[in-house]
Amino acid sequence: MTDSDFAQVDALVDDLVADFPPGETPDEEFWGAQYDKGLAWAWHPEGFGGLGLERRHQTRINQRLEEAGASIENRYLNLLGIAMGAGVLDAHATDEQKRRWLRPMFTTEEFWCQLFSEPGAGSDVAGLSTRAVKDGDEWVVNGQKVWTTIAHIAKWGMVVTRTDPQAPKHQGLTYFIVDMKSPGVDVRPLYQITGEAEFNEVFFNDVRIPDENRIDAVGAGWRVALTTLMNERVAIGGASIPRESGYIGQAVEVWKDTGEDDPVLRDELLRLWADAEAARLTAQRANEMASAGIPGPEGSTGKLAWANLNKEITAFTVDLMGLDGTLYPNGYELSAPERFRTHEPQKAFLRTRANSIEGGTSEIMLNILGERVLGLPGEPRVDKDLPWVEVPRG
Amino acid sequence: MAEMRVSYAPTEDQELIRGTARQFLEERVGLERVRELMMSDEGFDRGLWKEMADLGWTGLAIAEDHGGAGLGFVELTVLLEEMGRLVTPGPFFASAVLATTAVSVIGTEEQRDRLLPQMASGETIATLGVFEKPRGWRYDQPDTATTVDGDGYVITGSKRGVLDGHLADLLLITATTEDGVGMFTIDPGADGVSIIQESALDPTRRQATVQLDGVRVAADARLGEGDATEGLARVLSIGSAALAAEQVGGARAAMDMAVEYAKTRYQFGRPIGSYQAIKHRCANMLMKVENARSAAYYAARVVDDVEEMTVAAPLAAAVAGEAYVWVAGENIQVHGGIGFTWEHDAHIYLKRAKASSLLLGSPHHQRDLLGRAIGI
Repeated sequence: MTDSDFAQVDALVDDLVADFPPGETPDEEFWGAQYDKGLAWAWHPEGFGGLGLERRHQTRINQRLEEAGASIENRYLNLLGIAMGAGVLDAHATDEQKRRWLRPMFTTEEFWCQLFSEPGAGSDVAGLSTRAVKDGDEWVVNGQKVWTTIAHIAKWGMVVTRTDPQAPKHQGLTYFIVDMKSPGVDVRPLYQITGEAEFNEVFFNDVRIPDENRIDAVGAGWRVALTTLMNERVAIGGASIPRESGYIGQAVEVWKDTGEDDPVLRDELLRLWADAEAARLTAQRANEMASAGIPGPEGSTGKLAWANLNKEITAFTVDLMGLDGTLYPNGYELSAPERFRTHEPQKAFLRTRANSIEGGTSEIMLNILGERVLGLPGEPRVDKDLPWVEVPRG
Repeated sequence: MAEMRVSYAPTEDQELIRGTARQFLEERVGLERVRELMMSDEGFDRGLWKEMADLGWTGLAIAEDHGGAGLGFVELTVLLEEMGRLVTPGPFFASAVLATTAVSVIGTEEQRDRLLPQMASGETIATLGVFEKPRGWRYDQPDTATTVDGDGYVITGSKRGVLDGHLADLLLITATTEDGVGMFTIDPGADGVSIIQESALDPTRRQATVQLDGVRVAADARLGEGDATEGLARVLSIGSAALAAEQVGGARAAMDMAVEYAKTRYQFGRPIGSYQAIKHRCANMLMKVENARSAAYYAARVVDDVEEMTVAAPLAAAVAGEAYVWVAGENIQVHGGIGFTWEHDAHIYLKRAKASSLLLGSPHHQRDLLGRAIGI
């Protein structure tokens, strides 16, 4: 990293903003121009939305763009594409594939979703059973996926399939990008304990995927899936938020609104506030260290910490509300929300139960911290070398 | 609640201090030496103190024109983190942190000129006597009283939790005066002063009770001018942030000890660290240590912002204080029976952790301070 790199990105941002004034330019057009200038993912090679720089240059670009009044909403609207899919393509795809997918992903013309988990493969996602069988230049896919966010509006899905059931589970997987509008793809809303359907289940009935949509080699699907999951956990645990925002902000608001002054509750609120603030500072520290190229253990604990905290804080907030906390103001309407929004405390209490399940359960996160960060020995894996078909299931 | 943007990446100076401190402490004050010192009468080694002073540690954050190295508070916390890692005994925290901060914050220019050089050189070991009751951590209305006597004062009262009071060459004692709280420099050898070393839960950091029975001091023994209440709050705030750094170092070391044992101890034919019951315990330790580190590092970096410190210091103290006690306890549990023995080092950390979490205010007390600062 040199000052001249920063000068280079600053100059490009200035050009972009001058040529496509934010506010006057439609967002999609702006994001397209941003991609073309290499300001989408600064660390990607030139021609693929990047400049061959480092991730921290992107942090700088985003700051400068926001200051100039440009929208960086695409990063949230198409989170699974821009935060995870792009990383997968950057690491594993051919240049032709990158050219096909990266630009419309960044402009949000094409939304992306992720198809990993299955009813029979949650924490043990490498044990999944959705089958893909080669037929000429195509693959024929059958099976069922669950927990698929925005599958109903997505154009592309990142799907992991089993292509060799005789191989041990990690070796028989292959990764594809599937057109979600293909015949045989059936997306159904999956209602959760909140009464809302943020997620879907997706059924594949003889869905045909062209071989040119395969990412990396046949049998290399697990390696590609790991890239996706690493990007996901960074995206979940590493978000940068203001002090006293989110659920702890809501708890403080309820405390003040109810005029509560019980010293026991106050101490508990302050304990949660302090823990949330410390976790927030950890995310900040991790972001800085990662972008300075010196990542440490602080980058791995966020998802686990926030899962615990969100559950504790929302449960406490409902406690603060007393009998009001036993009401569910909008009822269980069984609807599919257009996008994530802040929930009232009772719904937040229910929704956060998933925080320690989605994107890797807290138990799996603890294994990862223990094994990869602290270097503790792995779990015994009785299925590791068995052909996948012989692994007991149930 | 103006949050500040700070930078965490270590500077070259900080890396250098960490490296030197780690090497010196491992070579000269390893846990075997800590064990000898914790069983000795004084709990302290004058030769070692001299060596630390010669390395510039006692004057690390004192300005150069007061005989110090003129480095910053972050550099001091790097050193404290390393000392915490090996539970370094001696009056460093009492003298080079608390008392030095008190003179810097409360003293007049003339008093700083006179006192800081002796403290920077390590020649004078000083300590604070502020608290009088076991709980509450009140500093604003001491029962210790003064009467005006000609040009000076006569002081009567009793202070507890005076860190390393038995070693002190200089006592800094708070007392109520006609115009608010005063802090007085007192010679421990003066008539009417008695210092009783208490038997401490943490034998690596000693404490004394100091009794003052009609102790006569000159007018210029009073630090600063007028009511010192605000200055004292600031001194305790800075002290808490410094202590949090030491606690983070200790917590990380206790965690490392647990992880190392979990890799090498076999039961049922496997290393115990391969069992989730142990592995998850260790991973939770890591999460708590890293969050405590974040809070402590943040406080160290906003130390000059008086208002933001009213949030950052109790935050760091509460989070790091609780994390260390919890991790030190979990370390014993991971070790099982051996961890409960005197011969194993795990208890040294537990004792340091528990006592440290109470010295300047319990986690509950720190949260109360935090609540006042953020309007809860």
